[in-house]
Amino acid sequence: MKLTTTLFATAALAVSTGAAISESHMAKEMTIVSWGGAYSNSQQKAYSDPYSAMTGVKIINDESSAEAVAKLRAMNEAGNVTWDVVDVVASDAIRLCDEGLAMEINADKQLAPAPDGTPASEDFGSLRVSDCFIPQIVYSTTFGYRTDMVGDTPPTKICDVFDTKKYPGKRALEKRPINNMEWALLCDGVPKDKVYDVLATPEGQERALAKLDTIKKDVIWWSAGADTPQLLADGEIVMGSTYNGRLFSLIVEQKQPVAMLWDAQVFDLDGWIIPTGLSPERQARALDFVRFATDTQRLADQAKYISYGPARKSSAPLVGKHATLGIDMAPYMPTDPKNAKNTFLYNYEFWADYRDDIDAKFQAWLAK
Amino acid sequence: MTDTTDTGPVLAADGTPLKKSLSRALRMQKLRALMLIAPLLIFVLVTFIMPIADMLFRSVENQIVQETLPETVTALASWDPATGETPGEPVYAALARDLKVAVAAKTHTRLGSRLNYEKTGISSLFRKTGRKVKKWDLTKDAPFKEKFIKIDKDWGDVGVWKTLKVYSPKFTNGYFLNAIDMQKGLDGAKARPENQQIYIKLFKRTLFMSLVITGTCILLGYPVAWILANLPMRTANLLMILVLLPFWTSLLVRTSAWKVMLQQQGVINDVLVWLGLVSDSGRLVMINNQTGTIIAMTHILLPFMILPLYSVMQTIPPSYVRAAKSLGATNWTAFWRVYFPQSVPGIGAGSILVFILSIGYYITPEIVGGTTGTFISNRIAYHISSSLNWGLAAALGSILLAVVLILYWAYDHIVGIDNVKLGG
Repeated sequence: MKLTTTLFATAALAVSTGAAISESHMAKEMTIVSWGGAYSNSQQKAYSDPYSAMTGVKIINDESSAEAVAKLRAMNEAGNVTWDVVDVVASDAIRLCDEGLAMEINADKQLAPAPDGTPASEDFGSLRVSDCFIPQIVYSTTFGYRTDMVGDTPPTKICDVFDTKKYPGKRALEKRPINNMEWALLCDGVPKDKVYDVLATPEGQERALAKLDTIKKDVIWWSAGADTPQLLADGEIVMGSTYNGRLFSLIVEQKQPVAMLWDAQVFDLDGWIIPTGLSPERQARALDFVRFATDTQRLADQAKYISYGPARKSSAPLVGKHATLGIDMAPYMPTDPKNAKNTFLYNYEFWADYRDDIDAKFQAWLAK
Repeated sequence: MTDTTDTGPVLAADGTPLKKSLSRALRMQKLRALMLIAPLLIFVLVTFIMPIADMLFRSVENQIVQETLPETVTALASWDPATGETPGEPVYAALARDLKVAVAAKTHTRLGSRLNYEKTGISSLFRKTGRKVKKWDLTKDAPFKEKFIKIDKDWGDVGVWKTLKVYSPKFTNGYFLNAIDMQKGLDGAKARPENQQIYIKLFKRTLFMSLVITGTCILLGYPVAWILANLPMRTANLLMILVLLPFWTSLLVRTSAWKVMLQQQGVINDVLVWLGLVSDSGRLVMINNQTGTIIAMTHILLPFMILPLYSVMQTIPPSYVRAAKSLGATNWTAFWRVYFPQSVPGIGAGSILVFILSIGYYITPEIVGGTTGTFISNRIAYHISSSLNWGLAAALGSILLAVVLILYWAYDHIVGIDNVKLGG
């Protein structure tokens, strides 16, 4: 008797966590928060539209990802969380998890396994940088340059950014220390595996700023991802850093005379989190959506619309051609072997600790 | 005869004392008046007074340390950091008990990010320690000191314990000290290292640039307002639309338009090169610096100067200037001695509007300010939305509010607030 009860309970648990809670117990409406622009568009086509068609759920889009952490904190304090699924970068996911604002996900139980049965935790591998984070894409911050402004020898190395003699003209860099400090140290002769050790010391931070000082007067600092593509299109700058997907659309869709400099591109991750404090119905709906949207096929589908690499290993072979242009997407992926000869992985732990300190120094240096 | 000098209370018709009956009637009236403005009053209270009070409170509030680590804070009270040695086993044991509770409630990482604002590395220290403490057994695993230091040697660092002790009270002036480039220590406040000082500089820059913007608004707005006030009504109304038109356009659109105009490959530089005034390699840098911010913000705030000036100038009778001239004054004397003093209240009103608006401006300096043209509000926004250091943002905001109030008070004393007119 007791055994059967236990078995029964286990089976019920497996059904509820594994497959799905029945449709009737899930909310009929959900709010998805993302970044807007071409990126949201790719998610709409790859995830939201098929999901709505399948379940009849009404999906409301909100483009607040840039302020997601602050807004979620405010919502949580007010006791009224209106978002169901939020798209954030990995470092924000870690912070939301730290603050108790995002729920922890059990990858193997709550996310779909790969088609060959590999559990989700293995399929995502090391990309699950936080228990609350459900990885979606790998993107990179890298440089684009004007092909008509660099003469016959286009830049091939990251350190060409710091060479104002060979490549005169303005450069665009992001108005924050992250990435810039690493590139500066790399070009100041620090070996790749020592960069964060050096950057952890005050002398190392001074050293990075001193290197940036050499190009400071030639830099335009950007704060929105759309800035660099616009500056490149206007011919205001000769090269600039931005997200690789933005450069893809500038080069392939808008056909501007711009090319990519993949050297020392910094890999970063973007994915979903589910806020804490949702009602059971809404939480069940959010989990159901995320399970669907991060399965192997769906992640591969997104790459048809934007040149960001899917976060699952099992999705990589399924990446095909662009949905409307019909070109092969693989050469534009940051993870493509040809582009990923020399890459740099964003160190989440380091920046979680040092962001406040280094940012204070960086901003004081900027204002000098 | 004696009746008239009777000093007894004057009675109302119903026999109650007149004073009482009058005050009752007035009270009803006052109450009714209050009821009428109640919606507005509640609205102002909820949307304006309460957020400001909340902000002021956040800038000193620091309960998180005591709430998360109550026993540790008590145990730390008897620790003397001056000895230069780490606290004894009782403090570590208290920390183990506190963390056990905190990890279950997942509040330890939150405390970690709070204290990381004060000392780099505490964020990951708490995250890492939390994972280990989860598995500890409080009764069997003692003593804890060695264990903590084994998890991370930072637990053997006096600096970490000093930070914990300094920030253990429920209220702190630490945020305010940070906001004026100082830091809180056990033996009082001291200045931050020079390579981290930024806020005083930004406050000064914000005030200076707001003054410059107010000045350029007066210089540009005064003649325009004068022309508007002296033209026939029909023409004046038409020109007025030209002043108001930009006012109705989105702020972002106007700012972005300045980007197109001012950048090095932009419209103005192109025209200058075409005219041969500047060489192609010597294009002017007019954006992503202070010049860009001043130009764009002057344009955006100009209507706030022109409108009060215009409405004051309209009420100045033209006959005064004519009378001055007929008495032998030159054009300049007539303007300076007769017309200008009468338009001062308009300048006062316009200046206050423009100055106070520009001191809190955020979006325009962010877009066109580069590194030398940003304001203190850009840092406040950073701390609200990006670093999540709301305490520091609140302290910066409170200082900004205080500065504005002091300036307003000074203005009232020097010029007199009665001298400000928004219209006839």
